[in-house]
Amino acid sequence: MAPHKIVLRFDSTTSDQPIIYHLVKDYDLMVNIVKAQINPHLEGTMVLDLDGEKYEEGIDYLRRQGITVHPLNQEVVRNNDRCTSCGACTCHCPAGALYMERPSMQVHFNGDKCVVCLQCLKVCPVRAMEVRI
Amino acid sequence: MGIERTYAEINARIKSGKAVVLTAEEVIGKVREQGLTKTAAEVDVVTTGTFGPMCSSGVFLNFGHSAPRMRMTRVWLNNVPAYTGVAAVDAYLGATEIPEDDPANSDFPGEFRYGGGHVIEDLVSGKRVKLKALSYGTDCYPRKEIETSITLDEINEAILFNPRNGYQNYNCAVNTSDKTIYTYMGTLKPRLGNAHYSTSGQLSPLMKDPNFATIGIGTRIFLGGGIGYVVWNGTQHFPGWLKDSEGNIVGSAGGTLAVLGDLKQMKPQWLRGTSFRGYGATLTVGLGIPIPILNEEILRFAALSDEELHAPIVDYSNNYPNRVGGNLGLVSYAQLKSGKITIDGKEVPTAPLSSYPKAREIAHTLKDWIQKGDFLLTEPVQLLPGPDAGLTGKTLEIRS
Ligand code: SF4
Ligand code: SF4
Repeated sequence: MAPHKIVLRFDSTTSDQPIIYHLVKDYDLMVNIVKAQINPHLEGTMVLDLDGEKYEEGIDYLRRQGITVHPLNQEVVRNNDRCTSCGACTCHCPAGALYMERPSMQVHFNGDKCVVCLQCLKVCPVRAMEVRI
Repeated sequence: MGIERTYAEINARIKSGKAVVLTAEEVIGKVREQGLTKTAAEVDVVTTGTFGPMCSSGVFLNFGHSAPRMRMTRVWLNNVPAYTGVAAVDAYLGATEIPEDDPANSDFPGEFRYGGGHVIEDLVSGKRVKLKALSYGTDCYPRKEIETSITLDEINEAILFNPRNGYQNYNCAVNTSDKTIYTYMGTLKPRLGNAHYSTSGQLSPLMKDPNFATIGIGTRIFLGGGIGYVVWNGTQHFPGWLKDSEGNIVGSAGGTLAVLGDLKQMKPQWLRGTSFRGYGATLTVGLGIPIPILNEEILRFAALSDEELHAPIVDYSNNYPNRVGGNLGLVSYAQLKSGKITIDGKEVPTAPLSSYPKAREIAHTLKDWIQKGDFLLTEPVQLLPGPDAGLTGKTLEIRS
């Protein structure tokens, strides 16, 4: 079976826990960290390839730790005509995929960094961020 | 004494294609380079711009008469109610109005995906909008209900009339509580997780004429991509000075403008339906004002930079909602634009809600219009009250 591609989100109380260690040691899972990011507020996101017999148990363990887990089967795109480069999303993007270039104050979107946490869809005032499934 | 110019002289230079026009951003460098006196002698007009959410926006619409005629008592546009206490087939649609069946904040934080501001954007985009109206029926207006659709071209008038726009300065909003809050200043993370501000700083119209020495009733402006006018002071017009703890002036306070223009001339990229999660719907408006450099004093203010202009940091978790005065300090627009500020020793990331690149585009567009001779300056019929008028906000007391 192919590894599962999943996105994890941590809050500041869970981002310093040795969760990868436990996934490997206690659940015998194969872990490939695709992307990982932690912001100044110690909130983190991580994209993983995860595989092994005890996959479901591993996921249960993650959820019990208060970590949100969702499958990475979506892509977030920006509607460049709608985006006004206001910047309201930039403090909310945990992966730095939406960032402001200075001094022009133009907001850029780097899809390679995006961890599909969907925060920008909620905070963008003009709904410029969209999900593609 | 330095130069003195009149509106007539500036307009004559615009007509002959000789006017020197700089944006409020460009003029800063020019003054730094060659000083106030020389720049004032050279520059005729400084253009400003801002593109941010402006809740007090709306549009007066006249739909034309159906057969039989109808006196519209209640009106909905794409399900969003409009105010009809006007004349028979006129209505005013406010940007913050939401559909009657919108769950609003009952499912907190609400999404507010569509409201009056979105209807205005749809109209200005040329989209067909559903019109529904009810009436009690009269001898002269017998029809009691109608369901049809309209486009901006098909109706008589669409007058954008925004009674409070162009805020001179605004708060930098933060959240000191332990939970995320959803405000008109965007989503604010707990424990000073982020700071949002909403002006274009050194490009912002009223910050560049803080004394209201040139802006008044009849000032011709860029509004929503078309030409509009300042028609009055805005509501909550409290111009004044922002002072630091030693009493030094570090920026202007809260003047506002009432503006009006023909929606049919405007463009959707400058009037954008906007939603704030957990708060409501509104309209993002593009506004640009030319400042005639009548003398050196006017230039001195028009050339203020982000380093010299400040905003108060206000806690939106407790102080703002409970109307507790005071602030957590003052911060310059240069600091805000750098991406982080320090509050109580903590580094806090900052982000704007108003678009600086779009503000710059507006200032450049206005500059182009003036340079091409398409846009002449108007001398105000009457200037608006400035800081000397001593206007301050009244509070609403709760009486039995
Ligand atoms: S979904 Fe949006 S907020 Fe989340 S990482 Fe991607 S761009 Fe950033
Ligand atoms: S919040 Fe939306 S409009 Fe503003 S910069 Fe981000 S994506 Fe663009």
